Amino acid sequence: MPESNSKRRSERKFGDYGGQYVPEALMPAIEELTDAYERYVLDNEDGFMDEFRERIRDFGGRPTPLQRADNLSERYGSDVYLKREDLLHGGAHKLNNALGQVLLAKYMGKERIIAETGAGQHGTATAMAAAHLDMPCEIYMGRRDVNRQRPNVFRMRINGAAVNPVDIGRGTLKEAISETMRDWATTVETTHYVIGSVVGPAPFPAMVRDFHRVIAEETRRQAEEQYGRLPDAVVACAGGGSNTMGIFSDFVGDEGVSLYAVEAGGSSLSVDEERGVAPNSASLSTGSEGVLHGARTKLLQDGDGQIMESHSVSSGLDYAGVGPELAYLVDEGRVNAVNVDDDAALEAFHRLSQDEGIIPALETAHALAFLEETDEDLGEFVVVNVSGRGDKDLEAAIEETEKRDLPNAPDMGVFE
Amino acid sequence: MNADIAAAFADGPAFIPYLAAGDPNYEASLEYVEALERGGADIIELGLPFSEPIAEGSTIQSAIVRSLAGGMTVGRYFEFVEEADVDVPLVCMTYYNLIYQYGDEEGPAPFVRRAKEAGIDGFVVPDLPAEEADPLREACTDHGLDLVFIVAPTTDDDRLERLVSLSSGYLYVQARLGVTGARDDVSDQTTASLDRLAGYDVPKAVGFGIKTGEHAERVVAGGADGIIVGSALVDIVAEGHESDAPVGETANRLEALCRELKEGAVAGSRATTPERT
Repeated sequence: MPESNSKRRSERKFGDYGGQYVPEALMPAIEELTDAYERYVLDNEDGFMDEFRERIRDFGGRPTPLQRADNLSERYGSDVYLKREDLLHGGAHKLNNALGQVLLAKYMGKERIIAETGAGQHGTATAMAAAHLDMPCEIYMGRRDVNRQRPNVFRMRINGAAVNPVDIGRGTLKEAISETMRDWATTVETTHYVIGSVVGPAPFPAMVRDFHRVIAEETRRQAEEQYGRLPDAVVACAGGGSNTMGIFSDFVGDEGVSLYAVEAGGSSLSVDEERGVAPNSASLSTGSEGVLHGARTKLLQDGDGQIMESHSVSSGLDYAGVGPELAYLVDEGRVNAVNVDDDAALEAFHRLSQDEGIIPALETAHALAFLEETDEDLGEFVVVNVSGRGDKDLEAAIEETEKRDLPNAPDMGVFE
Repeated sequence: MNADIAAAFADGPAFIPYLAAGDPNYEASLEYVEALERGGADIIELGLPFSEPIAEGSTIQSAIVRSLAGGMTVGRYFEFVEEADVDVPLVCMTYYNLIYQYGDEEGPAPFVRRAKEAGIDGFVVPDLPAEEADPLREACTDHGLDLVFIVAPTTDDDRLERLVSLSSGYLYVQARLGVTGARDDVSDQTTASLDRLAGYDVPKAVGFGIKTGEHAERVVAGGADGIIVGSALVDIVAEGHESDAPVGETANRLEALCRELKEGAVAGSRATTPERT
């Protein structure tokens, strides 16, 4: 249903969070995008949403299954269901948003696509969507992430995208986002910047959520059909928060459904103020309010407001900020922000692989680790969003597993 | 409007150089800022480094990295402003998160108060568009400081009207799309922007890409009331740092380029047609 104008405008902010903190040169493009978002996405002008739904079905492979995980269910004494976004084309939920935005850019008459990527999932999805819709595409990726995620770099290039490594800073997602904003400030008249999560200036957080809302719509319907009711708890990992907001969006109004956003606790929740380093990416759990990359949100920052280097074993979660709507929902008490550390995530990575035959992304492994770590009673019907598959993370998983004494690691000798 | 900034535009075109405070270190940077004034600066834009400078090109980004690595903090910045031995007005150029974090329930007022006390006369905040600027603008009005807005080539007429009405001190006219950085030529977008602004009675200072006296002359002849130069000066600081040149030698080079730019601007104002002035 189309919403009223006043309602739409209010989504520029979520409480005090959100907004549009960007250079003036980008503001007209953001106004143009807001207008396009309202017309095409919210009002389905020219049948935009019909085309999006058709393409995400036929090209993307939706709907993805809601699968009962029998062995995990037995382990935790509840019915654990997995929303299998790893089965979406490209192997991650990211395609929902990438396809939506590239299609929108086409409707807007833009000629070129740029995007940034951390783990490479968003870059891969954007490169695929751009190839599918015949748009030239350039991806910015931190040098360190280029080295950590080689398979995804090749996938982007195979799909015809240029991959530009970013050398400044520590060479992770934060630097890649800044660099993409610089490109956009130069080419804004012809280029659309496909932001990869529910972050950035309005209307991106609301628009990206709306493209991912399809996850929640399906989960809701499948839960009713397969289980006869809504879940007691929905669990999703949160870096920027796109799979989180995607699966939470249609449950926010259902007070009986507990929502858990699982952040990367990294190696420690403490902070090295002196070096400006947070050995985690838990901005919801440990961050403070500030302004970064176009929005007011929760950030990992020092007392002055300088942004900290974050850390996670999963490069997809390695970001010092989080989506403004998620920050708001946590403040409101609607979403529970929790976190698990690198070790627990790796254990969960092996557990799902061994117990269920599903190799999860290291991001997703955080959500699964929460089931193991938590003392809370999550209820009898629990849904975990499997945000992506772990093929891209195999090199990192082998390297990180070798460094640790994990109780459930396979024989690592065969990898030497 | 801050009286000192207004005065800087009163007698001919204003030359406004930029340096990042603390680049490459506190002591050298103090000497460099003083060299800007010797070279003819009418106003100095003094960067307070932020770790994610999304509006800056690689030159100024590198300056910010050097400054932060050299120990620059918000507290040290204010000490720097107090210690700098210059008489011209100082404009603090920074990103909103640093202003926001310094604040409390009063919003950005504590930052503005401390800045005024240290000797700052105005602000340029590149990631703060008109839509988000009310709290800072109110604090600036309360304390008699200017808040300068940037007008971009993409700014449409409605936004332009609004930015002119909100801006105080001067309008920062972004000469071309993109991020900061020296260029080998002056963009056609500059002329188009100045033509659009010709009817507005507000000082117009052009920045982004001005590198030589000849650029300065052409921009002022095209209707600018001032020129803003950052990257070309920061390049000199970077070269001095990389080649381990004596601080005095780098300061002399900065002073010389400033003189060339200032003279270019003055020559441009002589070429300006009377109806333009």
